[in-house]
Amino acid sequence: METLIIAFIKIVIVTLVLLTAVAYSVYAERRVSAFIQDRLGPNRVGPFGLLQPIADVVKLVFKEAIVPRDANKPLHDLAPVISLTVALATFAVIPFGNTIQLFGREIKLIIADVNIGVLYILAFSSISVYGIALAGWSSNNKYSLMGSLRSSAQMVSYELSLGLSVVGVILVTGSLRLDQVVLNQTNYLLGVIPAWNCFVQPIGFITFVVAAFAETNRQPFDLPEAEPELVGGFHTEYSGLKFGLFFLAEYAHMIVASAVITTLYLGGWHLPYIDFLDLAPMLMSIIGILTFATKVILVLLFMIVIRWTIPRFRYDQLMSLGWKVMFPMALLNIFITGLLLLIFS
Amino acid sequence: MKDNGSVKRVIRKEDLTFLQKAYITEIAKGLRLTIGKIFQPKFTHNYPDEPWPFQPSFRGRPVLVEEDGIERCVACGLCSRVCPSLAIEVQASETELEKERYPIRFEINMIRCIFCGFCEEVCPEEAIVMSDEYLLAFYQSRDAIYGKDKLLMSTERLAKRLEFLRENR
Repeated sequence: METLIIAFIKIVIVTLVLLTAVAYSVYAERRVSAFIQDRLGPNRVGPFGLLQPIADVVKLVFKEAIVPRDANKPLHDLAPVISLTVALATFAVIPFGNTIQLFGREIKLIIADVNIGVLYILAFSSISVYGIALAGWSSNNKYSLMGSLRSSAQMVSYELSLGLSVVGVILVTGSLRLDQVVLNQTNYLLGVIPAWNCFVQPIGFITFVVAAFAETNRQPFDLPEAEPELVGGFHTEYSGLKFGLFFLAEYAHMIVASAVITTLYLGGWHLPYIDFLDLAPMLMSIIGILTFATKVILVLLFMIVIRWTIPRFRYDQLMSLGWKVMFPMALLNIFITGLLLLIFS
Repeated sequence: MKDNGSVKRVIRKEDLTFLQKAYITEIAKGLRLTIGKIFQPKFTHNYPDEPWPFQPSFRGRPVLVEEDGIERCVACGLCSRVCPSLAIEVQASETELEKERYPIRFEINMIRCIFCGFCEEVCPEEAIVMSDEYLLAFYQSRDAIYGKDKLLMSTERLAKRLEFLRENR
């Protein structure tokens, strides 16, 4: 009973924080892209435009939701829900801190402390394609269908290298638990470099980040919505609150992808060299949470900046990159990792 | 594949180095540009918050020059005659002052005005000049007819424009 209450409180807090973060990542995206293009971006609503996300959400809620006449209504309604739910649910297994001492109890800062965390993430990232595929199919619109077909093909191509690059991390850690993955990165290589997985296996890191970009449908892999050629891609026929859900889902996917990259490759909540300072455990927990948040924000900003740096891939380029480069690279990474583990242990 | 003439064949340049083909360093170069852009000064002018800096040559709405609390205008009616859009109406009257004549009624219809500046050019007394005001919006067309109350503007306020006219005329 007690664990249930604690879990419930954690779920409420994490969901609220995550949704706020999603709203503000939209703001951050608009602001940063404006800065990159020599503009100012939204700065009218509230100080520095900080209330812009609220205005956006209110606008989307009050807009009319138009459903095409020949659309498959139940699936058309279901698709955005799947997209957002999957994005938020993935966050359940991500450790956003070590442990915290509150009211005489030691609370683990992770919602679902499951022993198959990595598998859970991979499974849920595969489900997210259903939201897009159903949206495109149920809209009964050629552009939407094209978008969702592209999305499916892209997901199949990149899921593979995503999964295979994680295998390297699992080999190093020897566990599918995400908190174990983070704890394994708190050591130091040669006594100075933090043993983050991005330093331990750079090839796997690159393939994973590229695959994560493709999984979240971000530029340069945003073919499912490629606005110059497909109008809006899978969400062409969506409006009002349902479009808003897709919009939020895209940014929730971004945040979750950043969190997964942080956890698997960038040392999670661990701030390097902090354990030499011998601080109070409470302070350590808070620093852990803040470190995690900072890392996620930095990865998020990286994703936003990449959007304005690399142009969109052509469809055949995307496929050849996925199958001819990423896939062999991920396999090579597993091979090297396995070989080194065999030699050194 | 058959080349039917309309299909353009794109041939990749063969002189790409290995680093360029590997793409990572090229991405890093691109990132340096985009991140550098973030910290550069922005092009946007915060218009309503920061007013636009005007050159003295700017032709805003025409105004009557007010010197020592009285208009310079002697109601000769030249501006009214020269106005291509017939926006100015002047009604003259006599006064005890040195200039002997003054406009008892001076009206510019701001809907008709085309900001050509002919009135300013033709004025022998430098009494009607173009100001730097340009925010003219009306709810009713009768509000657009500016009488003497709205047209008078002090020489201090118009100093830049008057100096510009003296130098360039």
